[in-house]
Amino acid sequence: MGRPVLDVRELTKVYGEGDTEIRALDGVSLQVEPGEYVAVMGSSGSGKSTLMNILGCLDVPTTGTYLLDGVDVGSLSDAQLALARNRLIGFVFQAFNLIPRTSAVANVELPLAYAGMKAAERRRRAMFSLDLVGLADRAEHEPNQLSGGQQQRVAVARALVTEPALLLADEPTGNLDSHATDEVLAVLDELNAVGRTIVLITHEDEVGARAGRLIRLFDGRVTSDSRQEPSGRHAVVGV
Amino acid sequence: MNFTEILRFALRGIGANKLRSMLTVLGILIGVAAVILLVAVGNGSAQAIASRIEALGTNTLTVMSTSRGSGGLTMRIAESLDDGEIAPDVRSVSPVVSTSATLTYEGAEHEISSFVGTTPSWFAASNFPVADGAVFTADDEAQARRVVVIGQTVAEELFPGVDPVGRQVTVGGALFTVTGVLKEKSSAGFQDANDTAVAPISAVRQVLAGYGSLSSVLVEAASPAMVDTVQAEISTILDHRLESGAYRVQNASQLLETQTETAGTFTTLLGAVAAISLLVGGIGITNIMLVTVTERTREIGIRKALGAPRRVILTQFLIEATLLSVIGGGLGVAAAVIGSRFSIVGVQPVIVPSSVALALGVSVLIGLFFGGLPAARAARLRPIDALRYE
Repeated sequence: MGRPVLDVRELTKVYGEGDTEIRALDGVSLQVEPGEYVAVMGSSGSGKSTLMNILGCLDVPTTGTYLLDGVDVGSLSDAQLALARNRLIGFVFQAFNLIPRTSAVANVELPLAYAGMKAAERRRRAMFSLDLVGLADRAEHEPNQLSGGQQQRVAVARALVTEPALLLADEPTGNLDSHATDEVLAVLDELNAVGRTIVLITHEDEVGARAGRLIRLFDGRVTSDSRQEPSGRHAVVGV
Repeated sequence: MNFTEILRFALRGIGANKLRSMLTVLGILIGVAAVILLVAVGNGSAQAIASRIEALGTNTLTVMSTSRGSGGLTMRIAESLDDGEIAPDVRSVSPVVSTSATLTYEGAEHEISSFVGTTPSWFAASNFPVADGAVFTADDEAQARRVVVIGQTVAEELFPGVDPVGRQVTVGGALFTVTGVLKEKSSAGFQDANDTAVAPISAVRQVLAGYGSLSSVLVEAASPAMVDTVQAEISTILDHRLESGAYRVQNASQLLETQTETAGTFTTLLGAVAAISLLVGGIGITNIMLVTVTERTREIGIRKALGAPRRVILTQFLIEATLLSVIGGGLGVAAAVIGSRFSIVGVQPVIVPSSVALALGVSVLIGLFFGGLPAARAARLRPIDALRYE
């Protein structure tokens, strides 16, 4: 399938020193090919959030290498890292992390603005992206006027708008009720169906079951890595 | 990302937090306006005092007696000061007696605290010409004619709508003919300089003051530069005639200096009060800026996660802080300028340009520092640390 989108080798992350030392990641290696839909599962404290933050270039590993689309992230300068976050990665947070008191469409436009795109083109793409998650009619609403599910869909639209190589979602349904969870997962299924690479972390089995590949983490190590038949595809066809 | 784009972001940031932005602007506004206005009030009162003293004439000296009763200033001593040999730089000498008196005209009464008896040279020396009519002459003085020149206030009180020149007023049971009305003199402050009447010293002594010692002697120097020389000259004469310490010479320029110093102290005091209000305003700004750091730090974390370069984040937040500070400062200056058009506690404020610069500079710097510093710190954090900031 060509060059892996994501290639991490022997990643470790250590918090604290001496007696209080905690190894959040203890030698994680994995590759993700373009178009894959990967779910990382594990109990709380298994290091999955730490892994996600490193994959999203939000944090740096203690040791190990991380190649994002073939580029060694560890060797990048601050400005280049900003560029990588902007162009290569779309990140969806558990807590949504929309900019408060700013309209949905302005939130979605933000990554494009940092990419230096003209306002008119930006607005067109943001609206297209919002339409993709079914929220084109809520474009001028501010985050506090939207439900949790809607906020998370805006966040997904924001992550998508730059057409990144990789969509990372850190417990995207963690703060949502079952109905909103379905809304967001349906959007992710659809995106994967059109070829987007998605890595999400979750501790809910039904969320993990939607992915085509399931990786389990325990105490900072990969304990299992298996391919499966995703459960969500049929649901998408029905939408 | 170009500058106008970042500017638009900053404007949106300000607009998104209207209450916080308004409080910041208000804090700076009050600080700036208070400093400028308080210093302006101090400066205004200093200028009022200075102009009052300058109106007295800066080339005159006033000799006053310090001992009461015997050994005071007499006409003879006054005459001896006009000595071309020992005191060549004296232009004129005017003996003065001053007393309170009640003037009546056709049933209208007016009490004045300084009814001055002097010689015609007094008008020139004290820089107090007539606006209407004429001053009395040396002949009037020699003949002790009962003529009087009245001040503007007296004219308005006793002769409303009537030309006072040529009319007769009663003073201390004697009739005085009004020969002129003095020109209005600026009197910002304590005593109304226009509430006065001037008559020949011989007549005043005869009718009102009696033949005791003089109130003072007004000595006019040939020029303002000669004042110190003249002071030395007349001191020589006075030391010969009077015991040392029995008289005091007051010099208008000294008076001016003392008063200016007093006014300067007043300005410094007001400046200190203003500085405190600026400090309090500054603490207010600091407080608001710091309280919002948590929220802003998270926002910076989000922006970094979306790929915002540090330079863009810093520029945005610095523009926000600058705009708030400059708008607040500008409104503060405007408020002070408008406020200075009204007189405050009887003083017409006069704005000191350097106080505008100082107040504006300090508050803008505080705004920039406490607005920019936390943003600069947050922009340097790893995105994950900024997102987790509590």
